[in-house]
Amino acid sequence: MLSPGIEQFRMNKEEALISYLLRLGDNALVLGQRLIEIVANGPELEEELANANIALDYLGQARMFYSYAGELEGNGRGEDDFAFLRDEHEFKNFLLVEQPNGNFADTIARQVLFDVFYRLQLDALILCSDERLAEIAAKSVKEILYHLRHGKQWLIRLGDGTEKSHQRITKSVQKFWRYTGEMLSGDELDDAMKKEWNGPDLKLLKDEWRKEVAVILNEATISLPGEQWMAAGGKQGHHTEHFGYLIAEMQYMQRAYPGASW
Amino acid sequence: MADQNWPLYEVFIRSRSGLSHKHAGSVHAADDQMAIDHARDVYTRRNEGVSIWVVKSSEIIASDPAESSALFEPAADKIYRHPTFYEIPDGVENL
Repeated sequence: MLSPGIEQFRMNKEEALISYLLRLGDNALVLGQRLIEIVANGPELEEELANANIALDYLGQARMFYSYAGELEGNGRGEDDFAFLRDEHEFKNFLLVEQPNGNFADTIARQVLFDVFYRLQLDALILCSDERLAEIAAKSVKEILYHLRHGKQWLIRLGDGTEKSHQRITKSVQKFWRYTGEMLSGDELDDAMKKEWNGPDLKLLKDEWRKEVAVILNEATISLPGEQWMAAGGKQGHHTEHFGYLIAEMQYMQRAYPGASW
Repeated sequence: MADQNWPLYEVFIRSRSGLSHKHAGSVHAADDQMAIDHARDVYTRRNEGVSIWVVKSSEIIASDPAESSALFEPAADKIYRHPTFYEIPDGVENL
């Protein structure tokens, strides 16, 4: 069984890769689950489909990360075990992606702040020394480029739109800003991934993220939030209070009827 | 958005290189860029296309159904306009 605690990141090369794959899978799964929660609530039929498409992209990516992690682990655990049979503290997703959908502006702001990072992360992973992860990253980044295109346009449209939409999206960006810190600051696992597998350099990523987000916010006429206290802990399995409800709903079926399948 | 509908766009999809764009349906969108995205999300989810055209429905000029007899019926009995009276030489696959 994979060890979840931060102190156990001093692990061998392969364990580091497995843990990193699970983090990637957790981000994708949890954000996908959040978006699935608002299926059938789209403001327009076309946006409804866009949201469902995007949610399914994340779900597909989570499956690829989990399946590969399971194969490497070699204990017979597969994608369903990772998604449905782990407890809250075993999920290592960013706090940002587990935040509730809120209003449409919230959903868009969360999406853009994450996807700008995720795109940079995947771009870097295409160059990592693990061939399979590089392939998954190359496949996934195309989907994320579209998500970004969709999210960015909405963020700009809302920011540079009416007075009300500007107020709402500004509030959303400010609200989620505190959750962007942990994405951009590396821990032992990020370091191990960089050292052992030529993974992303978070220092470079941070600069690029700030630059890219500043350009988008500028175009959306939203002022860049200042330096502030940053929440962290998701990467170590310490989640916000919203997360328990999310996985309770997501895992209900497998918990109530263990082993049930379609 | 409940009190004001976005304009309607007609969507044309080209299914693969070399074929022409075909009318696929329509979407609502606030602007041209959004219309392309909506068309992509609604009509190419199952790998239907390699290219999308959208055009505002209000920009399309259509023939008047009341004039259809004048416009189309004269062509109905002019079978000599179809290239069906030629012998196709052997070895010519596409004419």
